[in-house]
Amino acid sequence: MTSDLSRRGALTCLGLTAGTLFGLSGGVLTAAPLAEAAERPAGKVLFVQISDTHIGFSKDANPDVAATLDRTIDLINALPAQPALILHTGDITHLSKAAEFDLAQQHLSRLRASELHTTPGEHDLTDGTGTEYFARFGGPSQGKGYYSFDHDGVHFVALVNVMHFKAGGLGAFGDDQLAWLKDDLAGRSSSQPLVLFAHMPMWTIYEPWGWGTGDADQVLALTRRFGSVTILNGHIHQIVQKVEGHLTFHTARSTAFPQPPAGEGSGPGPLTVASDDLPRRLGLTRVSIAPLRAGALIDTPLA
Amino acid sequence: MNRFSALALAVQTLAALALAGPASPVRAADARTPAAVTVPIKSFAFMPMSVTVGVGGTVTWKNLDGEPHTVVSTDGLFRSAALDQGDSFTFTFTRPGVFGYLCSIHPQMRASVVVR
Repeated sequence: MTSDLSRRGALTCLGLTAGTLFGLSGGVLTAAPLAEAAERPAGKVLFVQISDTHIGFSKDANPDVAATLDRTIDLINALPAQPALILHTGDITHLSKAAEFDLAQQHLSRLRASELHTTPGEHDLTDGTGTEYFARFGGPSQGKGYYSFDHDGVHFVALVNVMHFKAGGLGAFGDDQLAWLKDDLAGRSSSQPLVLFAHMPMWTIYEPWGWGTGDADQVLALTRRFGSVTILNGHIHQIVQKVEGHLTFHTARSTAFPQPPAGEGSGPGPLTVASDDLPRRLGLTRVSIAPLRAGALIDTPLA
Repeated sequence: MNRFSALALAVQTLAALALAGPASPVRAADARTPAAVTVPIKSFAFMPMSVTVGVGGTVTWKNLDGEPHTVVSTDGLFRSAALDQGDSFTFTFTRPGVFGYLCSIHPQMRASVVVR
């Protein structure tokens, strides 16, 4: 209890949180900050996305990433309508260590939501084979990492683009996964909303830093006939959005630390900012739904 | 010593070096291909991007960035764990060749080791 209290004290000082709350209504997804979600509950909360928890990181950019994850979990658990699903879009850990995964699982187990779905980030697979990741999170995919499931009429697809890097550093899905996805989507009604989630962005945001996926176009081609496609990623620790016809792309903030905007500084590493600026760099995105209205993604900083 | 004898001495020295070459292959190899090289990893780059060692030589990578990096050969010969700031990884090269490698966390970071 003492540690809980001191942790809460630290959180109050930092005022950090992150994540994305998604809701569904009428087959269109919209987003809004989780900080507001508690005050303005969406009609039907479908799921929450969190990303880049980087358990094990302890440097200046955020010395206590477990505390900011806890703060995020507290906010999600406090939502008046609990989402059934939590999606974690990768970099659960910082260095793929067993102890980091164990600690992450301890914290994530506090989520009240009944289902946690994950896809790995490159920080989770630094041993090359992902032994620690797949031992804990490989069940739904039988150790492949990619899998799909349906919930409330929405088809969710977890994809992995951090195991077959292309020359130049872009992520890739690889032929086996693309063939699996083609089979997975075949025969589905085009009116079924799709939610695809992977760690690295599925469109090229900044190639010199590898912020993209080399064979993402083949995935997008498979989704062309669907009327509502939401594509969620993490990796870059900041919000970047794009809407392209029926496709809505969204990269989530981290729960751990921000990264610089594309091309600023020497590379995509942790960005240390003033403590009072940090809450503005981490935050929540809620996706909720308005029937018969175009999807609208709204992000709001916490401070 | 006049200019002629100085020149003669220089010629002699060159001849001696030339003779010493085949007789002392290890020394000759040392001059061109060091047995141990350190490659700092800094600002999301391996520096320098190409290093050369002799057969049996070692390369040690040390991460100076706040962000972790890995050292992973493109042909599967070697692979480090995730190197946090200050961590090192050393590999001994036992056969000649050109060995490309990258950081699996930031695969835009690419470099190579020449072994001869």
